[in-house]
Amino acid sequence: MKILVAVKRVIDYNVQVRVKEDGSGVVTDNVKMSSNPPDDNAIEEAVKFKEAGKATEIIAITVGEEKSQETVRKALAVGADRGILIKTEGTVEPLAVAKSLKKIVDREKPDLVLMGKQAIDDDCNQTGQMLSALLNWPQATFASKIEIKDKILEVTREVDEGLEMIEVNLPAVITCDLRLNEPRYASLPNIMKAKKKPLEILTASDLGVDTAPRVQQIKVEEPPKRKAGIKVASVAELVSKLKNEAKVI
Amino acid sequence: MDYDVVIVGGGPSGLSTAIKLKQLDPELNVCLLEKASEIGAHILSGNVFETRALDELFPNWKELNAPVKTKVSKEKFLFLSKTKSISWPTWLLPSVQQNHKNYIISLANLCRWLAKQAEALGVEIFPGFPASEILYNEDGSVKGVATQDMGIDKEGNKKDSFEPGIDLNGKVTVFAEGCRGHLGKELIKKFNLDKGKDPQQYGIGFKEIWEVRDNNHEEGMVMHTAGWPLDNNTYGGSFIYHAENKQVFLGYVIGLDYKNPYLSPFDEFQRFKTHPAIKKVIEGGKRISYGARALIEGGIQSLPKMSMPGALLVGCDAGTLNMPKIKGSHTAMKSGMIAAETIFEKFKENKELSIYEDKFKKSWVYEELHAARNVKPSFSWGLILGIIFTGLDQILFRGKLPLTLKHKHADHETLNSANEMPKIEYPKPDGVITFDKTSSVYLTGTNHTDNQPVHLKLKDPNLPINYTLEKFDEPAQRYCPAGVYEVRVESNINKFVINSQNCIHCKTCDIKEPSQNIVWVTPEGGGGPKYGNT
Repeated sequence: MKILVAVKRVIDYNVQVRVKEDGSGVVTDNVKMSSNPPDDNAIEEAVKFKEAGKATEIIAITVGEEKSQETVRKALAVGADRGILIKTEGTVEPLAVAKSLKKIVDREKPDLVLMGKQAIDDDCNQTGQMLSALLNWPQATFASKIEIKDKILEVTREVDEGLEMIEVNLPAVITCDLRLNEPRYASLPNIMKAKKKPLEILTASDLGVDTAPRVQQIKVEEPPKRKAGIKVASVAELVSKLKNEAKVI
Repeated sequence: MDYDVVIVGGGPSGLSTAIKLKQLDPELNVCLLEKASEIGAHILSGNVFETRALDELFPNWKELNAPVKTKVSKEKFLFLSKTKSISWPTWLLPSVQQNHKNYIISLANLCRWLAKQAEALGVEIFPGFPASEILYNEDGSVKGVATQDMGIDKEGNKKDSFEPGIDLNGKVTVFAEGCRGHLGKELIKKFNLDKGKDPQQYGIGFKEIWEVRDNNHEEGMVMHTAGWPLDNNTYGGSFIYHAENKQVFLGYVIGLDYKNPYLSPFDEFQRFKTHPAIKKVIEGGKRISYGARALIEGGIQSLPKMSMPGALLVGCDAGTLNMPKIKGSHTAMKSGMIAAETIFEKFKENKELSIYEDKFKKSWVYEELHAARNVKPSFSWGLILGIIFTGLDQILFRGKLPLTLKHKHADHETLNSANEMPKIEYPKPDGVITFDKTSSVYLTGTNHTDNQPVHLKLKDPNLPINYTLEKFDEPAQRYCPAGVYEVRVESNINKFVINSQNCIHCKTCDIKEPSQNIVWVTPEGGGGPKYGNT
C-alpha cells in the first residue's frame, strides 16, 4: 500500500500570535514555525503502517512557500520515503490545496491519503473533505483509530456524541485527530538521513492549478479582551447578577 | 558519530566558530548543536552592536543583507531620581560608552542570519538537540558530547516515544553555551580552569519589546539610565533602544551581587518603567515581547582559562562580555573566530589547543577587556564612588591605571539574612505599563513537554524550606524572572514548588541560590522560550 501524507507549516502552537497593526493578517516574520500538530499524527500513523509491513511507500507532500520544505524534511526524518513541495506564494485556500493534492494523487496513485484534521493556523478543516469529493473517494474524518482489514479500513472517529466506528473502502482520504497516536521524535541520525532523501519541487502552475484566493479577507482583529472576574458576597447576589447583568438565567 | 569539530550552542560565539572554521577549511566536518527549537529562539540581548568582529568575518555583510540596519543616531545618558532625571552629556561619557558607530539590532535575528551563512558553508546545524553530557577519553581529555535522551517521563521511565541520545565525538569540541553553560561549568571545575581567578560575576538582564506611538519613536536613539529604582549599593541600569518598525527595546540589568533577599529584579524592572522619563516613551504603546537572561560581568579578572585537552570554551561560556561597554556579542564572535584559527592550526600544524590563550591575549578582545577591568569592581563601593572612579579610570587614564581591582565574592555569597534587611513593597502591576510574571512569561512562548523529569534539580530537596526560607525568605521566589519557584502553604505546611515548564533558561537560580542547591540541567530538546526578534 502506498500512502500520501499531506503536511502544513504553521506558526508554532506555543507562540503568542500577534495581529499586524494594519489588520492585514498576523505577524509571521521571525516567528517560530512548526509542522501542524495533527499532521504529525498523520505521518506517525503512516510510519506505523510501514513498520507493520502494511505500507510500502510513504510520500510526504506540502503546499506552501519555499520554506515549507522544512516541514517535509521533518516528515522524511520520522520515516517518510520521499517528499514533494508544491510551491506557492501568499495565502492558499483549502480548495486550491485539495486541487493540487488531487493532481499528485492522479500521478502517484496512492491507496490512502492521510492528513491532519485541520491546520491550527486557519482552523479550516476542509482540505480532506474537498479532496475526497474531488477524487470521489470515501472519507473518514477525525480518526482516532485506524485498522487495516484487507481492502477495508475500520476507522474510529471522534464525534460530538462520543466515538463513531465506520468502515471505508480503499482508496480513501482520512483526516487524523490528535488522539490517534503519539508522534515520535526525529532522531539526529534520521534528520541527517532525511537531508539525502529525494524532495521534488513543483509549482502550482506546473500542475495547472489556479491558487488565487476565492475569499476576500477584509480585516484581522484581535478578539476583545476578557473582563476581569469579580467575587460576589452571596448566592443571592450571584443569581441577581446572572439574571440582571449577564442575562443568562 | 564522528566529526572534526563539535560545537555546543548556536549563539554568536558558536556560529562564528563554525563559520570561521569552514572559511579556513571547507573540508572540515563541523556540527553545531542548539537546545532551542530553532536558532535564535533562546537568544535575548539588548542589543547595540559593534560590527568589528562581523567586519572581519564577513567584510561584505552589507551585501549579504545581514540584519544590521539601524545605525545609532542619537545618544542619551540619564541619572534617575524617583521623579526627576538629569541628562549627562555624552561627550563626558567614557569613549567605551559612546555608540555612534554602532547599530541597534536583534541578536536573535543576527544569529538566524549567521546560521544561514553557516549552513551555506556546509555546517550541519541541529536545533532541538541539547548537549546534556560531556564525553571523556580514557586519558581524561574531552571526547565530545552526548545529546539528551528524548521521551523520558517524570519518574525517569522510557515512554513509547523514547529516543536515545547520540554520542557526538569531535577531534575538538567547542563549548559555546553562553553565560553559565551547564557543561562549561563542569569543565571549569574538572580542569580547574578558574584557578587563580576571581569568582565570576553575573547580572540578570530583562528585555521587553514595545511597539510605541509614532511621535514617541526616534529610530536610532540609544538611551541608558542609572540610579532609581535601585539604591546606591545595587549595581544596575537600563537601556532604551529605538529600533526599526516603531519598536523600542527596553531593558534592565541588575548585578546578581545584590544583598537584600527581598529584592525582586523583575519588579525593579517593572517599577522602573513607571518613571516619568520612561513612561512617556511607552505610554500608548503595546508590549509585544518579554524575556530574561543571566549575563557575565566578571571581565578579565574572572575569565577562566579557555583551553583544555580536546576542548575550548568560547564567548560567555567563559565570560568575554565587556561590562562598561555593555556589549558581549562582538567579543563573543571574535573569541569564536580565534578558536577556529586555533583548531585550524592544530589540524594543519599539529599545534596544541593551549595556543588559544596566547592568541586570545594578543587579540583586540583582550585589550578591550583589560582596559575595562576595573569598572565593575569599583561599583562595589556604591554607585557614586563607582562613577567617580570610573570617570578617572576610563576618561582620564583610558583603562591604563596600573592596578587591578578584585571581585571579592561569588554572587551566591552576597545575600544578607532576611531579618537584617528591609522588606521591599513593590507596587501592583497595572496591566498597561507594568505587568505580572504570568502574563510576561506567556509572551516568551516558553513550554516544556509535560511529562518529563524536572530539569531544575535540588541537591537537597529539603533545604529550600528547612533553611533557605527561614534564613533568606527563599529568594528564588523573587530572583526567578519566570515564576518557576513558589513557596505554597498546603494544610499549614510550607511546600517548595518548582514550575519547571515556565523556565526561560536564564540560569539565574543556578547562580544566585545561596547554597548552590539548584542545578540547571538540560530539559528535553526544543523546550524553553521561543523568542522572536529579541
